[in-house]
Amino acid sequence: MPRIEPATTPLTEPFWDATRNHQLSAQQCGACSSFVWYPRERCPKCLSDDLTWTNLAGEGTIYSFNIMRKPGNPMMADMVPYVIALVDLDEGIRMTTNIVNAEPESLECGQRVAVDWSVELEDGRRLPTFHPA
Amino acid sequence: MANSLRGAAAIVGAVDAVSATGRLDRTVAQLEVDMISAALDDAGLTIADVDCVMSNNGMMASLDLAERMGVQGRFTDSTMTGGSSFEVYVEHAAAAISAGLCEVAVIVYAATPRSGTNPFASGGPARDPESPMMMWDLPYGSGLPAAGYSLAARRHMHQYGTTSEQLAQIAVSFREWASMNKNAYSQDIITIEDVLSSTKVAEPLHKLDCCLVTDGAGALVVTSAERARDLAKPGAFILGAGTAHSHGMCVSQMPDVTTTAYSVCGPQAMNMAQITHNDVDVVELYDSFTITALLTLEDLGFCKKGEGGEFVADGRLGPEGALPTNTNGGGLSYTHPGMYGMFVLVEAVRQLRGECGERQVNNVDIALANGCGGLLSCTSTIVLGTEATL
Repeated sequence: MPRIEPATTPLTEPFWDATRNHQLSAQQCGACSSFVWYPRERCPKCLSDDLTWTNLAGEGTIYSFNIMRKPGNPMMADMVPYVIALVDLDEGIRMTTNIVNAEPESLECGQRVAVDWSVELEDGRRLPTFHPA
Repeated sequence: MANSLRGAAAIVGAVDAVSATGRLDRTVAQLEVDMISAALDDAGLTIADVDCVMSNNGMMASLDLAERMGVQGRFTDSTMTGGSSFEVYVEHAAAAISAGLCEVAVIVYAATPRSGTNPFASGGPARDPESPMMMWDLPYGSGLPAAGYSLAARRHMHQYGTTSEQLAQIAVSFREWASMNKNAYSQDIITIEDVLSSTKVAEPLHKLDCCLVTDGAGALVVTSAERARDLAKPGAFILGAGTAHSHGMCVSQMPDVTTTAYSVCGPQAMNMAQITHNDVDVVELYDSFTITALLTLEDLGFCKKGEGGEFVADGRLGPEGALPTNTNGGGLSYTHPGMYGMFVLVEAVRQLRGECGERQVNNVDIALANGCGGLLSCTSTIVLGTEATL
């Protein structure tokens, strides 16, 4: 499935490696305990560099979503309509994602969702999306 | 008031080039120098008076542009905060002039996405593949600005009961203004039903909830209040200014997508200006989308958070309404070359000077000009007033 393939950097490699095993992860700050999304060089709450990759439960709540009828970029042209969402993970971080395996019209803010690993990138990494729980 | 910019400087030249066809038959480079020349004529100043150029069209843009104009500056600014860049420039120009760092600043913008290349047709301007937006948002099919703004609209609807009809009324009111502006790209009166039946782009936003894509250019001249008083045309005096930002280009990092940084910069600018909402005669704001306008009015404090839908529903923003807003037709109906903030300021100056013809609001003494850049990321508010308000 064509998409803009996210670059892997030394910083983000642990995240993408975990996706190959269908494991969602994020950095957690050893100094202030905050979870961090997206991956950073230092904690955006306290600027500590004591960040450790931590497995996440992969469950959360839809904060907001849309239904893309016009493709957001040309690579997504044959995928419309699709849903872009902001999902609040139970660990306290919010990520941009897609809601898949659902009728777009049936979705609601506040709905519970779980991580979905059906989107495989060209190099075998998985792009974490979510489906209704 | 100590450390205030109130009354220190004024916009003394304000011009734009916009066509009802949406197209301008000049290059960006040509438009830039033409706009500066016209703005200086409008101000009654010459290029020899200019000691500061502000522009962000490319790397070291303000230096290159100054070089082309033969200007050797003593203050400069190539800040890029997207659509709010021009309000930020006015704020910086007022601060620099107030501090004696320069005396005459020119601010310019030109873009031709309609006759030239529209970057958003190919997923947005070229970005570093290792930028956060490219790594964590674009893979999910964002890139079109509507993708991010629709998330704000949906959440506002969920949290406050705002309806698509209420958002549509904003487009309807701005179009009423545009119908009196012969340079506006869209001049035909529309109804709420027209908005709701237009193509769905990124639900809940329809095509008529979204700004235009047109060519456009403009320029401003800012100088000291003292010098402004000696010029032929009345100056638009800078009474207050504020800029704030909540996040960069990843909308997931905006703490609350229903509350913009206008909630910070709006009160700052109005406090500096020593005005209340009742003092505002006309509001010019950045309507990249109907939801942008609604959030702006709430965060500036014209109504309570969550009550924007009701606030605009009676046509309050239109020519017959109590709060004349986007009197040129706005980015939804007048022009939107990608960074609309220039045109917000040009229209505010024209309203203060009484130059708006059929769409002129009576007795304008205070105008609010508001820019918004990125994905609701960086907002900037400038309060402008006639000399009588000083």
